[in-house]
Amino acid sequence: MVYENPDGVMIGLEVHVQLNKLNSKLFCGCSTDYHNDEPNTHVCPVCMGLPGSLPVLNKKAVEYAIRIGLALNCEIIEQTQFHRKNYYYPDLPKGFQTTQYDFPIVGNGKIVIDGEDGEHVVRITRAHMEEDPGKLMHIGHIEKSKGTLIDYNRSGMALVEIVTEPDMRSPKEARRFLDKLRNILEYLDVFNGTLEGAMRVDANISIGGGDRIEIKNISSHKGAERALLYEIMRQKNLVRRGGTVVMETRHFDEARGVTISMRTKEEEHDYRYFPEPDLVPIRVSDWVEGIRETLPELPDARRKRFVSDYNVADTHAKALTSDIRVADFYESVAKEVDPVIAAAWVADILKGELNYRDLGISAFKVEDLVEIIDLVTSGKITEKSGVDVIRTILDEGGSPESIVEKKGLIKVEGDIVSQAISESLKENPEALQDFLAGKEKSLNFLVGQVMKKTRGRADARSVRELLIHEIDEKYR
Amino acid sequence: MPETIKQVKEKIANSSAEDVISSYLEKIRRSSINGFIYVAENALDQAKAIDSGNNGGALAGVPIAIKDNISTIGMPTTCGSKILQGYVPPYDAHVIERLKAEGAIILGKVNMDEFAMGTSTETSYYGPTLNPWDTERVPGGSSGGSAAVVAAGEAPVSLGSDTGGSVRCPAAFCGVVGLKPTYGGVSRYGLVSYANSLEQIGPLANSVEDIATLMDVIGTYDHRDSTCVNRDINYRSSLEDDVSGMKIGIPKEYFGEGIDEKVEEKVWDAIGKFEELGATYTEISLPNTKYALAAYYIIAMSEASSNLARFDGTRYGPRSEGENWHMMASKTRHECFGAEVQRRILLGTYALSAGYHDKYYLKALKVRTLVKEDFDRAFSDVDVMMAPTMPSPAFKLGEKMEDPLSLYLSDVNTVPVNLSGVPSISVPCGLADGLPVGLQIIGKHFDEAGILKAAYTFEKNTHHHMNTAGEVI
Ligand SMILES: [Zn+2]
Repeated sequence: MVYENPDGVMIGLEVHVQLNKLNSKLFCGCSTDYHNDEPNTHVCPVCMGLPGSLPVLNKKAVEYAIRIGLALNCEIIEQTQFHRKNYYYPDLPKGFQTTQYDFPIVGNGKIVIDGEDGEHVVRITRAHMEEDPGKLMHIGHIEKSKGTLIDYNRSGMALVEIVTEPDMRSPKEARRFLDKLRNILEYLDVFNGTLEGAMRVDANISIGGGDRIEIKNISSHKGAERALLYEIMRQKNLVRRGGTVVMETRHFDEARGVTISMRTKEEEHDYRYFPEPDLVPIRVSDWVEGIRETLPELPDARRKRFVSDYNVADTHAKALTSDIRVADFYESVAKEVDPVIAAAWVADILKGELNYRDLGISAFKVEDLVEIIDLVTSGKITEKSGVDVIRTILDEGGSPESIVEKKGLIKVEGDIVSQAISESLKENPEALQDFLAGKEKSLNFLVGQVMKKTRGRADARSVRELLIHEIDEKYR
Repeated sequence: MPETIKQVKEKIANSSAEDVISSYLEKIRRSSINGFIYVAENALDQAKAIDSGNNGGALAGVPIAIKDNISTIGMPTTCGSKILQGYVPPYDAHVIERLKAEGAIILGKVNMDEFAMGTSTETSYYGPTLNPWDTERVPGGSSGGSAAVVAAGEAPVSLGSDTGGSVRCPAAFCGVVGLKPTYGGVSRYGLVSYANSLEQIGPLANSVEDIATLMDVIGTYDHRDSTCVNRDINYRSSLEDDVSGMKIGIPKEYFGEGIDEKVEEKVWDAIGKFEELGATYTEISLPNTKYALAAYYIIAMSEASSNLARFDGTRYGPRSEGENWHMMASKTRHECFGAEVQRRILLGTYALSAGYHDKYYLKALKVRTLVKEDFDRAFSDVDVMMAPTMPSPAFKLGEKMEDPLSLYLSDVNTVPVNLSGVPSISVPCGLADGLPVGLQIIGKHFDEAGILKAAYTFEKNTHHHMNTAGEVI
């Protein structure tokens, strides 16, 4: 089946990725670990743009950018250079942003996503390095703010801006792209997507060959999908009412789920780009092979390995590798127990329980799941009890052992089950006769009676088998 | 009476650093040339510390004046502008760290053209500095304060910065020695940028030897300036009284039209002296010189328009009221930048704007390459070049303020050096109508040794350096 794209939607993305796994900022030695600290405590003359300060390029940031380029199947430029993008804004302490212009570090790549109709290629135009501005905190709403505070802790953080071609055909594809990109970046160990402001998105969208609209200030993948859905609806309504979509930049109001006009094309800035005289061009072509050799395993390769090494189903492998933390968790569990059983527990049960509670995999311990799987496979608790233990740990805490004990989940001993079976058969002669006469359903009733007597601690399947065995022995 | 480092050190040995510093402070207090715009309160305490045994370092107890665009902890750094009034940097420039490490004592901050934009030190918000040779005349610029206080004996040595001649011009006008090092020779970390790709911090002094001594202190490698080149140079080792066999190039474009005849005469006398001392000279050509001035101003103003964007009243300096941030920033800049600074920001913004960028900025970069090639070609045949530093002796205060173009034209012999990045020194070579004339000696990339040797030999064999503002020999 081929996706028809009935509205002729074309979406391109500009994704700002903060290299927050670096130890220091892009052009100074300030620490990147500011997220829990007071404003303006991770600053120095360079990232505050004090007169006379000069930038020194963080080589590790360049290495990370190349790593990203290689993972996105890009070409790496031989010699890269920084430019100044000049504009005035209070979060920009130098009055210009040091960024890259006509010599971006990488270009011409692609990512394959799960599209509307199967595998779909999104082309990467380029990715370049730049510095993050500071952060403004408006007192009150942005449109009628009474004052603004500036925190420069973020100023000078290394960003990589990844620009795609307009290859996505629906808001869903845009979201899938962002999910996949984030996953790849986390595999590369260059950024932690859970930190605030780690990934920020600008989207451009055109419908049916009309003018391109840019949407700024999207801060989540879900937000991107919502902003684009809203924008498609807005543009279609506008055209339906006889209006025309004109090229402009719009701001996404996350709280209200709407886009608001910021400026039209006539108001576009002239950024007066010119080469940054304080940084010399840097030749990186010699670095590439070394970086390629140390590139970690990426999601698609790991998925293939899970199938070949652990014999797990491809659907499980895909689910397990779509988040590096889940994949790492799975591999730790699979070391201790049967990998196929582990895959089912992690992909089908645990992930579901976590998603339901909006929790990440870090909310669960590897040893707890190993213990639960051991209890189930050794026949000490039932599968149903295993799920119960997982839920209890997530909701109330505690160890599998203590929960099993507190809830009395250990499967009852054989003679108690035998006793319950013979009692049930004696107490329900009608059901027994019906079964002997060929009514299969009566067996379910008898199983239910036994389960009731053992208060659910017996394994239903084995109770069923034992009942048939007892009837065959004594009543046929 | 101006002194050398050696003379200062002898005085310290014979009396004390405290005596030396207090007599300099007294001289500054009585000064009428407006060279210092900030005097360091703690200079005497530092002198006492030196006297009490803390006297290590090549410059122990030696006083120095610092141009006010070089960042100094605890001392204002205003760049001669109202927009940085009250700004005190929380960090020292690399050169200041080095001076302190060698025991030098900073006497204070000296006047300059606002943001180093000028050739006369008249654009300073803190009023003009006067030339100690004739207080109706300018000291040159933009490091006018740095040159004037050394010439007036208010400091034995100083630091300036040279973007298009800003060390060499005032050195020539005030009759002192001034060096613009090779681009990348001295870290710019802490120097408030005017035009990053052109400028260097450079020393001014009463002798060539002192220039070499200061370069050994400030010219160490600093990783904080990415354009700083890691080279191990010992500047003092080049101080030899010997120019025999030295090949001097005389760039014909630096003589003739627009150059004062008396200035030319003094420079030719100097070249004659070199010949007498065993050097030879040939006329050479730097054919792209005629485009250099225009290219220089376009590049400098373009970079300046971006460098000065940070002065918006948000983080430091005065702030005007406005109904929103952009109005506040705009009014602050309008009210606190002087006319020349505003002119250069506007011209630079224009030169970088869409539609003009290729026509002006890119073309200027191409000219810059041509100018560099001129120097490379010429230097394959000669060891050094010699020419007048300035086309005329110091002009009168106010004489060129109404006509910026004529002021820009006076940089004609100094800016090509900055475009190409080579080193150049200006040394006194006599007087024209009682005013000092500067001989410019230009060297190859990182061949400070060559020009220091030439300058040192000239000084050893002439008496021009002994002419002082108060006393002409
Ligand atoms: Zn910093």
